[in-house]
Parts: sequence; structure tokens; C-alpha cells
Amino acid sequence: MTEFADLLIIGAGPAGMAAALAAASSGTRIVLLDDNPNPGGQIWRDGPQAHLPVEARRMRERLRACPNVRCHANTRVIANAADKILLVENAEQGWLIAYDRLILCTGARELLLPFPGWTLPGVTGAGGLQALVKGGLPVRNERLVIAGSGPLLLASAATARHHGAQVLRIAEQASRAAVAGFAAQLPRWPGKLWQSFGLLDAHYRTDSHVLEALGRDKLEGVRLLQHGKTVELACDRLACGFGLIPNTQLGQALGCAVKNQALAVDAWQATTRRDHYAAGECTGFGGSELALVEGAIAGHAAVDDTVAAERLWPRRARWQGFARVLNKAFALDTRLKGLARGDTLVCRCEDVAYGELSSHTDWREAKLASRCGMGACQGRVCGAALEHLFGWTPPAPRPPFSPARVETLLSLDVKASG
Amino acid sequence: MPDVFLDGRLLSVAEGTTVAAALALGADGCSRTSVSGQRRAPLCGMGICQECRVMIDGRRRLACQTLCRDGMYVDTRP
Repeated sequence: MTEFADLLIIGAGPAGMAAALAAASSGTRIVLLDDNPNPGGQIWRDGPQAHLPVEARRMRERLRACPNVRCHANTRVIANAADKILLVENAEQGWLIAYDRLILCTGARELLLPFPGWTLPGVTGAGGLQALVKGGLPVRNERLVIAGSGPLLLASAATARHHGAQVLRIAEQASRAAVAGFAAQLPRWPGKLWQSFGLLDAHYRTDSHVLEALGRDKLEGVRLLQHGKTVELACDRLACGFGLIPNTQLGQALGCAVKNQALAVDAWQATTRRDHYAAGECTGFGGSELALVEGAIAGHAAVDDTVAAERLWPRRARWQGFARVLNKAFALDTRLKGLARGDTLVCRCEDVAYGELSSHTDWREAKLASRCGMGACQGRVCGAALEHLFGWTPPAPRPPFSPARVETLLSLDVKASG
Repeated sequence: MPDVFLDGRLLSVAEGTTVAAALALGADGCSRTSVSGQRRAPLCGMGICQECRVMIDGRRRLACQTLCRDGMYVDTRP
């Protein structure tokens, strides 16, 4: 089966939803894909323990009311089958989607850095914990430590507390001066003020980071370095994330250039490949407001409404300013590169330890010798970690972009022979 | 309230609950056994890390991106 879209949008978070809504009024046939059960991305993730903001609900309703927008939930891109044809898969079937134009809204993932004990059950990402709680993960009366960097730590703590968790500590690696400087600038972007509340949280510590997750078969405690002093806390969960990194893999595979580890775009949100646009966190981390305006610009530009797109440039510039301040304040300290020990697993799919990797000079050599990055996640976790730790650039991904069923891959053959 | 079978045990969950959450609601939260024999649990919560992969009705799926449906069979030790 081949489906046709004038405009295909990959990712239904704030950027993808805004792109679809901006393009929809032109009457163009739009297909919006997302690998989650509902639109909304990570920030507007729905679930039994989620509280969607009014704006998210309104955008979802507007999308549902657009007769020319077809949404496919739980659908992943598996391969580029031919020029402007993608192979996709959901729980039931695989099929091809042919498109004229494409907008990549593939978002960001957490930077997860290896430290001793990080593979123990009970250790999650910081945003990861928030996502799991929204999906119904019970945390009532659990003792939590949240660590890493960025405003997401506070958002994750707030969600967990709301659902009855006891947050023992929020350990932010950035310095107090950096965080205070960030907070002082927040009044320039009203609505973002809540992010400064961390400094008033009795459990929030700057200049602090995780040293080790403790436990035998599951997490039992955490060792932190807090202002130069080692502290141990008994806990049930550790949520640890070191900020967000753009998901550029699909864009790279489609031939879009990457700059500063994000998909490179011009003022129209156009990538370096003709008819291919990108918006939101895959073009650089900047928060949902920036994603929304970038998505809208891309949506307008993709249906050639340059006037409407250009009208949004000043709003984008304003939120780009916020992104710059944010990224500067929470820049990662180099001491975080020294957390892993020789026996600490780096590749969690193939169980490859740091000691097996550190003697190699690049990604390819390490991969061939150890199978690092050759497992199910295809290096999305360890590749990003090793890029941070050693400066190794992971190669452009090759299809299948995620594990797929054989029946789905057979659709490629049908296409080739038919 | 969907009922799912988690490693053979019946579990009732709230509508919209992810399989990843069900793993913790009905058992120890673990999703799979690693190549060196370690038990693992969901990590990224957003479909990236693949740690939460489980067998659902005989197909490998990500627990964090799959909602519980009535009569679903979830296996963490296939």
C-alpha cells in the first residue's frame, strides 16, 4: 500500500502540530506521523497521570477538525524506500508514504551519560521519569533523587511530587552563579518564571552531580558529589538526565545537513535538502514556545505562504534568545566526563563497558571491535554519550532506523520489483 | 479498566496506562534481560533507548509507547 501526502510531517509534538495547523488552511493533503499513542510530543504527553494545558487540548481539537490532516499514531519511520518515499510501520502493518514536501519535527532526546550503576532498574532519565509517570507509573510514597542538568529536573520533580513522590534531592550540575544568572533573566520571557523556583526549593542543590547509583539487583541509593562533598542518600528511584540533544538521525538519513549537532535550517525552516523542512527541538533545544513558532513558520513555508511565515520571524527571534540563555546557563561541566569506571556499561544494548572503548580512537573502530552501538537503539544512547565523552561523531544512520518486523521490510522489495 | 496478562498474571489498570507503567503496577517494573543477564527497566520513557522492549501478543513492542488493551499478553521473559 502506498499513501500519498502533499505534505508529510514527522513528529506530532508542539512543532509538528503547529506545522500541520499552519499548513492546513491551504487545503493541502497533510499526513502527520508520530510514534507515540497520542499527539503532543514529550511536553504534552497524555496519560492517566497527565494534565494537558489548555493550549495543547485546543490544538489537538483543531487538528481533529481538519478534514485534510490525517494523523497516524504509534507509527515509526523505518526506511527511506526511494526518493520522497518512506517506509513506515505501526503495530499492525507496514506501508509506504510518498510525499512532495516533508517537515521533520523529530524532537529531542535526553543526553544520558554513563555512571556506575546506571543500568540498575530504578534509574531513569529525568524527562524519562516524567514521561513514565504521566503514563501511569506509580511513584506514591517513593523516595526520589533527581539529578543532571536543566529546567527539566524541576519539571520532573513537580510531576513526581504531584503524584505523591517524596523528592529527596534535585542535584543540578551547573553552578549557583549560572543558575542565578539564568533566573535573573527570566522576566524577559513571561510565562517562564516558574523555572526559577528551583532556587527556592529546599531540596535543590547546584554544583552537584551523581557519582554512582547503588544497589545489587535494583536501585537502593545514590552517591552524589554536592559542593565537593560526597553524600549518600537511600532512595527508590534516580531520575538523571543531562539536558536535551536534537534527534537528527532521520534528517541526516534523508540528506539534510547537521550543524552544531542539530539539523541546519534557514529563515524559512528549510533544511539543506530541497522540499525538506525542520522545526522544533531537532533544530536545536529551545523549549515548546520556540518549537511552536518554528513549526508554524515551517508549515506556512511548506505551502508557499511566505507572508504568513515571515510575520512570525520576530516571535521566533525572541524565543531563540531564551534558548541561548538557557543553553549557556546549563552548559555541562567537564568533570561529568569522568563518571564512568572501566566496568561501567556504556552500550546498554550490547553490554559494552567503558574499559572496552576508551582505548579506541573513533566510533567506527570501537564499534567493529566491541559491537558498541549495534544493538536495538542503534547508538542513540551510547552514540550521544560517546560523542560527549570522547568527541566521536556517530555515523549517519542507515535503515532500518528502528527495529522493524520482517513483513514490513518486505514492502521495500514489493516496491523495488513492482 | 483494561485487564492485561503480565508474565501470566492478570492485572487491571486505568484506561490510558502504558505497558511500561503496568510493569511497575503489577510486578517489579523490569522489562527485559540484557545480553549479559542483567534485568533492565524502562529508561528514557520516550521510545529511544529500547530498554523497555517486551513481547506483546507475540510481537516485540516498546512498553513506554504502547497503551494497555484488554486481553493483552505482555511477556518480559520470553
